[in-house]
Amino acid sequence: MPSAEFQTPTKTTRGLGSAKEGTGHYIRQRVTAIALLFLVPWFLFSVIHACKAGFAGASLWVAQPLNAVLLILTFGAAFYHMRLGMQVVIEDYINKTSTRFALLLLNTFAAIAAFAAAALSVMKIWFTAGL
Amino acid sequence: MAGSEWTDKRPLSPHLQIWRWHATMAASIFHRVTGVGLYGGAFLITAWIVALGMGEGPYEFIEGLIFSLPGQILLYLWTMAVLFHFANGLRHLIWDGPGAGFDPKRASAVSVFNFAFAIFGAAAIWSAASFIGS
Repeated sequence: MPSAEFQTPTKTTRGLGSAKEGTGHYIRQRVTAIALLFLVPWFLFSVIHACKAGFAGASLWVAQPLNAVLLILTFGAAFYHMRLGMQVVIEDYINKTSTRFALLLLNTFAAIAAFAAAALSVMKIWFTAGL
Repeated sequence: MAGSEWTDKRPLSPHLQIWRWHATMAASIFHRVTGVGLYGGAFLITAWIVALGMGEGPYEFIEGLIFSLPGQILLYLWTMAVLFHFANGLRHLIWDGPGAGFDPKRASAVSVFNFAFAIFGAAAIWSAASFIGS
């Protein structure tokens, strides 16, 4: 255990030492970035066009299976990416442990909740239209 | 000492006042600023798609907010934020992958380009959107 001597017993107990997953965070941030490199231009172009025809046009756009799948992928990659990004911002600037934990938890919950709401709304529109 | 009130003694990331303003530093700061802005924007887009799923009434309410003056300004700022974060994010991927663009002159030039891309790109997108088809 060569690394153990660099951590105080308190750190070990609290589990606040090295999380040993920085590489995973780094890779996921970039994998989602690469996905968004393709999804965001599609989303921008597509959603602006779809929204010109009001409720009916937007519903019809979401109801197309390809659009529905791409929308869910866009939401998935975006919420994953922004959760990772906000995590770093919180870790960088919030020093107080209790506030930091609360915000990290809120960050995760908010991102997942919003993804669930967005994805289920897409599926509802898609399935209701029956295309 | 109450466990939940324990404060990390390690230093925090340096804040804004530490830095001298220059193009690469501004691009780095704005990458984070736009990232945080887009975080908020994602929840507004979620509200939009949820309203679309709820039906015509809720959707028209959201549409009214989007077409109001504050809504339009917010949408325009959001577009600039997306474009900047997109271009600067691509630059990050190029830094990480091929490892190109690190020399100061090119790094500064790309930073300026990314700002210009955001400003003129947003203008191009919304003028195209209002002039082409309907």
